[in-house]
Amino acid sequence: MNNIFVYCEVNEDGLIADVSLELLSKGRKLANDLNIKLEAVVIGDQIQNIENQIYPYGVDVIHLAQDARLFPYTTLPHSSIVVNLFKEEKPEIAIFGATSVGRDLAPRVASALRCGLTADCTSLEIGDHTENKTQKTYKNLLYQIRPAFGGNIIATIINPDTRPQMATVREGVMKLEIFSPNYKGKLKKINLEKLLKEDDFLVEILERHIESQKINIKGAQIIVAGGYGVGTKENFDLLYQLADVIGGEVGASRAAVDAGLVDHARQIGQTGITVRPKLYIACGISGAVQHRAGMDQSAKIISINNDPKAPINKIADYTIIGNVGDILPKMIKYYKENSK
Amino acid sequence: MSFRIVVLAKQVPDTRNVGKDAMKADGTVNRAALPAIYNPEDLNALEMALHIKSKMKDAEVIILTMGPPRAAEIIRESIYRGADAGYLITDRKFAGSDTLATSYAVSLAVKKLAPFHLVLSGRQAIDGDTAQVGPQTAEKLNIPQITYAEEVVAVDETQITIKRRLERGIEVVKSSLPALITVHSSASECRPRNAKLLMKHKHARTVTELQEETRDYTELYNKRPYLQIEEWTVADLNADVEMLGLSGSPTKVKKIENVVLQQKETILLTEADKDIESLMKELIGTHIIG
Ligand SMILES: Cc1cc2nc3c(=O)[nH]c(=O)nc-3n(C[C@H](O)[C@H](O)[C@H](O)COP(=O)(O)OP(=O)(O)OC[C@H]3O[C@@H](n4cnc5c(N)ncnc54)[C@H](O)[C@@H]3O)c2cc1C
Ligand SMILES: Cc1cc2nc3c(=O)[nH]c(=O)nc-3n(C[C@H](O)[C@H](O)[C@H](O)COP(=O)(O)OP(=O)(O)OC[C@H]3O[C@@H](n4cnc5c(N)ncnc54)[C@H](O)[C@@H]3O)c2cc1C
Repeated sequence: MNNIFVYCEVNEDGLIADVSLELLSKGRKLANDLNIKLEAVVIGDQIQNIENQIYPYGVDVIHLAQDARLFPYTTLPHSSIVVNLFKEEKPEIAIFGATSVGRDLAPRVASALRCGLTADCTSLEIGDHTENKTQKTYKNLLYQIRPAFGGNIIATIINPDTRPQMATVREGVMKLEIFSPNYKGKLKKINLEKLLKEDDFLVEILERHIESQKINIKGAQIIVAGGYGVGTKENFDLLYQLADVIGGEVGASRAAVDAGLVDHARQIGQTGITVRPKLYIACGISGAVQHRAGMDQSAKIISINNDPKAPINKIADYTIIGNVGDILPKMIKYYKENSK
Repeated sequence: MSFRIVVLAKQVPDTRNVGKDAMKADGTVNRAALPAIYNPEDLNALEMALHIKSKMKDAEVIILTMGPPRAAEIIRESIYRGADAGYLITDRKFAGSDTLATSYAVSLAVKKLAPFHLVLSGRQAIDGDTAQVGPQTAEKLNIPQITYAEEVVAVDETQITIKRRLERGIEVVKSSLPALITVHSSASECRPRNAKLLMKHKHARTVTELQEETRDYTELYNKRPYLQIEEWTVADLNADVEMLGLSGSPTKVKKIENVVLQQKETILLTEADKDIESLMKELIGTHIIG
C-alpha cells in the first residue's frame, strides 16, 4: 500500500527497456527518502527471467502479467490492468517512461483514476507545500519538474490531493544504477482471467517494424554531434571518423535529421535523446532551445561554428570559429599522431 | 446518416520561433509577444479529417476548440480549409484547466455531437506540451485511441487502419469505430485556404464577436444563417463546475522558471593549426579524451 510503482516497458527481446531501469533506479531513491517500497509493473509476453533482470535495482515487489495478447503493447488491455492494479494497491507515486508507450498509456490511466499527471519530467524531488489560501501544509509531495512552452520555461508541478501522483519521465535523464546485485523481492502474478474483456482487444496490430536499439548514444562518454551546418553526407563522415578515433558516438540536431544527413535514432534534444557525456562536440549546430534541452548537462562543450554569434557558443567551454570541413580533419590528424 | 468526424484544435502561442522581439532583456521569453497560431499538429489532424471525408460517400468535419473568445479564429481558419462547421467552447469557468479538466470539457462537447465516428486531435500542443488531452478524451468517451497517426491506410463506416509513427519504427493498426486518433507532425501537411470558402465565410462570427462589431450584421445573418459560429458554455455542456478549471485540476503549478541562456566564459579559438593543436593537447592531457 502507498508505495512507488514503476511501469516497466518490455522490448522485442523480452528485456526491460533502459528507460524503465532508469526509473526503477530513481524510484528506489525516492522510496528510501519516503521510507516506502518500490514495486514494478511488468506486462507482456515471453519476458526473460524478470526477477534476475530487475531485483538488483532494488525492487521489492514485481506485479507480472504474462499473456500472448499483451505483447506487442496495445493501449486498452495494458490500461485495464494498470487501472485495476492501482485501484487495489493505491500507490503514492506512479511513474512511466515518456516514450511512445508511456505517453499513450499514462494519460489513459490518469483519466480513469481522475488523478493528476505531469508530462515529460526531467527531474523528480520530494518536498513540502503550503497552500497560500488555506495555509494547509502538505508533507512529502512529489515535485515534478518539466520543461513546457517549447522548452522556454521549466515548471514545478505538484498533485496535492489526488493519488497516485503520476508522472512520465524522459529517457536518459535519470541515472541507471544497480542498487544491490543480490537484492531480492517478491513476485506477484496478476490474475488476468476476470480482468480482460473482449472490448480490450478492439485494436489489432497488423504490422510492426521496430529497430532494435543498436546505437548507444546515451551511454557514450564522448559525443560528436552534427547540425545543419555540416552541410553534406561527406562532411558527416568526418564526424564518424573523429568519433571513431577518440572513442565516441555521433549525435545530431533535428535539422540535420530532417535534411537526411543522419538517422533519426541519433537525434538529441527535446524530441530526441537526452545525453550528459564528458565531452560534447557540437559541429554546425546553432543551439536552439530544443536542442540544448538534450545536451546542456554535458560536462564539457566544444562548439565548432562559423558564426561567432551562434547561441550554442554561449554554453560552450570552447568555441572554434570556422568551417566544420576544415577543422575536423585537423583534430583527427592531431589525435592520430599524438595519442599512444 | 452521415459519417461524422470531430477535430479537436487548439489556439496556441507560437513557441517554436522565439525571435529576438519575443526575448526580454533578461534572456527569457516574453510570452505576451508571441503570435497566436493554429497548433501545428492540429492542422495535420484537420488534413487527415478532410482526406477521410473525401474517401467517404457522405461525411462531415466538425471542429471543436476550447479557449477564449478570440479562439473563434481557429474555426474560421478550419472552415476556409474545408471543414463543415465548428463550435467554440468558451467560459471563464474553464480557465486554469489542466489536461484532466480540459479533456472532461472536450469530451462533453464531443458527446453533444453524437453519433460521431471519429475524433481526431493533434498529438501535442506546443504550449502545454503534454500530449495528454487526446488519450484522456478517448478514455472519457470510452472509445479506443490510436496515437501518433501518420497515414490512413484504409477506412470505412465501421473500421479504420492507421500507420503509426513510433520512436524507433512504425506500426500499422486496425480499430473498430468510433475511435480517437492523435495525429503526428509527420502526417500530410494541411491544404491551404480555399479562395471560394474564404469569400463565403469571411464574415463568420460568434455572438461575442458580433457584439464587438460596429457594423450591423442582422440582415446578412438572416440571409446566411450558416455564418453564425455557435459558442458553448458550461451550461450548454451540462458540466459539473467542480470538475472544471482550477477546482477540477489535480495538477498545480507550484513554480515557473524562465529558461535563461546561461552565459559561460567561452574560450574563442580560430581554425589555425596552433589553436586546434593546443585544444587537443589539453583534452588529451586532462584525460577528457584518450
Ligand atoms: C517542438 C519542437 C521540437 C524540437 N525538437 C528538437 C530536438 O529534439 N533536437 C533538435 O536538435 N532540434 C529540435 N527542434 C528544432 C530546433 O528548433 C532547431 O530548428 C534545430 O535544432 C536546428 O538545428 P541546427 O542547429 O542543426 O540548424 P541551424 O539552426 O540551421 O544551424 C546551423 C548552424 O551551423 C552553422 N554553420 C553553417 N555552415 C557551417 C560550416 N560550414 N561550418 C560550421 N558551422 C556552420 C550556422 O552558423 C548555424 O549556427 C525542435 C523544434 C520544435 C518546434
Ligand atoms: C507550464 C505549464 C505546464 C503544464 N503542465 C501540465 C502537466 O504536466 N499536466 C497537466 O495535466 N497539465 C499541464 N498543464 C496544463 C495544460 O497545458 C492544459 O491543460 C491545456 O489545456 C492542455 O494541455 P496541452 O496544452 O498540453 O495539450 P496536449 O495534450 O498536448 O494537446 C493534444 C491535443 O489535444 C487537443 N486539445 C488540447 N487542448 C485543446 C483545447 N483547448 N481545445 C481543443 N482541443 C484541444 C488538440 O488537438 C491538441 O493537439 C501545463 C500548463 C502549463 C502552462
